[in-house]
Amino acid sequence: MRTLDLISMTGGAVRGQRMRSLLTGLGIAVGIAAVVLLTAIGEGIQRFVLNEFTQFGTNLLAITPGKTGTMGMSGAVVSNVRPLSLEDADAVRALPKVRAVVPMIQGNAAVEHASRSRRTMVLGVNGEVPQVWQMHAALGRFLPQDPPRRARAYAVLGSKLRDELFGTRTPLGERIRIGGESYRVIGVMASKGQMLGFDLDDTVFIPVARAMAMFDRESLMEIDLLYTPGVRADRIAREVHTVMLRRHGEEDFTITTQDQMLDVLGSVLDVLTMAVGALGGISLLVGGVGILTIMTIAVKERTAEIGLLRALGARRRQVLSLFLAEAVLLAVLGGVAGLVVGAGGAWLLGWLIPALPTHLAWDFTLLALVVAAAIGTLAGVVPALQAARLDPVTALRDE
Amino acid sequence: MIELQAVERRFQVGDEIVHGLRGVSLSIADGDYLSIMGPSGSGKSTLLNILGLLDRPDAGHYRLEGTETTTQDEEARAGLRQHHIGFVFQAFHLIPRLTAAQNIALPMTLAGVAPAQRERRVAEVLQAMGLSDRARHTPNQLSGGQRQRVAIGRAIVMQPQVLLADEPTGNLDQHSGGEVIKVLEQLNDQGITLIVVTHDPAIGARARRRIRMLDGAIESDQ
Ligand SMILES: Nc1ncnc2c1ncn2[C@@H]1O[C@H](COP(=O)(O)OP(=O)(O)O)[C@@H](O)[C@H]1O
Ligand SMILES: [Mg+2]
Repeated sequence: MRTLDLISMTGGAVRGQRMRSLLTGLGIAVGIAAVVLLTAIGEGIQRFVLNEFTQFGTNLLAITPGKTGTMGMSGAVVSNVRPLSLEDADAVRALPKVRAVVPMIQGNAAVEHASRSRRTMVLGVNGEVPQVWQMHAALGRFLPQDPPRRARAYAVLGSKLRDELFGTRTPLGERIRIGGESYRVIGVMASKGQMLGFDLDDTVFIPVARAMAMFDRESLMEIDLLYTPGVRADRIAREVHTVMLRRHGEEDFTITTQDQMLDVLGSVLDVLTMAVGALGGISLLVGGVGILTIMTIAVKERTAEIGLLRALGARRRQVLSLFLAEAVLLAVLGGVAGLVVGAGGAWLLGWLIPALPTHLAWDFTLLALVVAAAIGTLAGVVPALQAARLDPVTALRDE
Repeated sequence: MIELQAVERRFQVGDEIVHGLRGVSLSIADGDYLSIMGPSGSGKSTLLNILGLLDRPDAGHYRLEGTETTTQDEEARAGLRQHHIGFVFQAFHLIPRLTAAQNIALPMTLAGVAPAQRERRVAEVLQAMGLSDRARHTPNQLSGGQRQRVAIGRAIVMQPQVLLADEPTGNLDQHSGGEVIKVLEQLNDQGITLIVVTHDPAIGARARRRIRMLDGAIESDQ
C-alpha cells in the first residue's frame, strides 16, 4: 500500500467521525496546549529572573566575609573572621585579569535636605560602580575615583530619593546631611526599579570609607570585582582565593562567582519548568487514554470492515498500520491544535499582562509534539493489534 | 482449476464438535458456473470460505491453480486472495465513507497499484457495471442493486480467476436480484469461474452445475 493512500484512507476514517475525532483530539490538544503554555510561562520567568540577576553586569565575582557552606560552622568561627578591608580590595585589584573592584558596605540612615528628611538605604562604594554594576548617573556624574581613605564628601542620589528630597528642582551642587554629616550632591542615578523586593532607586551612594565610619564598621560587607570577559570564572576565583588566603592566613572569606549563582538559579528554575511541564504531561496521558478508548470502539464498530479488508487481500500488517496511523493522526492533529492554542495563549498572555513574561520553549514544544505522536502510537497499539489479530471469517460475520 | 480433496472443517462450540464440512471433494474447471444450495447450516458458507482461502480445512487438501494451499502461511494466502479470488457478500460490505469508485478501487489501493493505472481500471469496471454516472456517490446514495454492483465491481477489479458469491441476492428484491445475477453471468461468459451460494431455486437452476449440500456433505452434484 502506498503511503499517500494510507494517509488518505486514515484521514477519511478520521473525517468520517468528525465530532468524535474532534473530541478525541481535544484531549491531546488540551495536554499539548497546557505543556506549551505552562513551559512558556516557566521559561519566561526563568529569563526574567536571570535578566534581573545579570542586569548589574556579567563577569562578576563577590568576596564576602566569613566561610559559609562548609559544614555549616560559619557561626562558630565568626570570632576569628578578619574583617574584609579596603586593603583587601586593593590587593585583588592588582590582579592582572581584574578590571575594576567595588568595595561595598550598606546601611540605613536619615538623609536630610532643607526641611525634608527620609530614611533610606546608604551604599558605601567607590567610583567604579558604573563599570562593575552597570549603573549610570542620569544627571551629573557618579562618585569620582578618589583615594578611598581621602574621598571627598560627595553623594549620588537614587532617582526616588531625589524626587522625595528635591521634587523637580535640580539637586546638583546642593548640600545634604546623611547621618548628621554634610555631603554635596554631584549626581542622580538612572532609575533601576525594584529588584527582588529592594527599591534600588530609594538609595544614596557615598564613598565607602565614609560609610564605614558612619556605621562604625571595620569590615566591608562585600567586595565585587569585574574581570576581563573571556576569562574563566573558576580561574579568576582561584587567583582571588590565593591572594585572599595569603592576606588572611586562613579561609575566613567566601568567593561567589556569578556563574555559580546563575547555575544554582538556573537549575532551580529548570526544575520549576519541568514540574510545570510534567503537569501538562498528565493531561497528555489523559488524552492518550481517550485515544485508546476511541480506537478500541472503532475496531469494534469496524470489525466487518476489517474482515472485508482481509478478504480483499490486506495483510495483518496493513490492518495494523491503518489503525495505528489513525491513532497517531488523531494525536498529531490534536497536538498541532494544542500547539497553536498554547502558543496563541502565551502570546495573548504576554500582550494582556506585559509584566508576566512568556517565552515559547521550543525544545519543550517540539518534545510535546513528539510525545503526542508517541502517545498516539502507544494508545493505538493495543486496538490496532486487536484489529490485526481478528479472524477474517468471524470478522465478516459481525454486523 | 479448483480441487478439493476430502476437506474436513470442524468447529468447537463449548464441549461439542460441530461438523461444518465432512469430507468434501470437488473439482471445478476454469470458467465453470456452479450454484450451491441446501438448507441453512448445511455448510455452504463454510465451503465458500475455504474456497476463498479465508478459512483453512482441518483435514484434506485444497489445490488452487495447481498450488497446494493448505500448507501455505497467511501471507501467501492473502496474496492468492488478492490476485485470484473475488468475493461478493449478501451484506455488500461496502465502506460507507468511500465513494463507489473508491470502494471499487480498494483492492488495488491495498495492493499498492499506482493511482493512474487504478483510475483507468476503475473507470472500465464502472462502465461494465453500468455505474459510470454513480462513481462519486457513497453507498448510502445508492439503491441495493447498485450497491451490489459496486461490490461486484470491487470483486473483479483485480481480474481474478474465481468469483465467489454468498447469497448475493439475499438482501435484494426480485428485480435487482435478477439484474445482479445477469451481471455475474456476463462475467462468467467472459471466462471467470462463478460459484454462487443461493436459497432461491430459480437462481440455483440457472447454473451449469448445481450442487446440493446437506449436513456438511455434498448430497447431489448435477
Ligand atoms: N465459526 C463457527 N463456529 C461454530 N460453528 C460454526 C462456525 N461457522 C459455522 N459453524 C457451523 O457450521 C455449520 C455450517 O455453517 P454454514 O457454513 O454457515 O452454513 P450455511 O451457510 O449453509 O447456512 C453450522 O452448523 C454452523 O453452526
Ligand atoms: Mg451461509
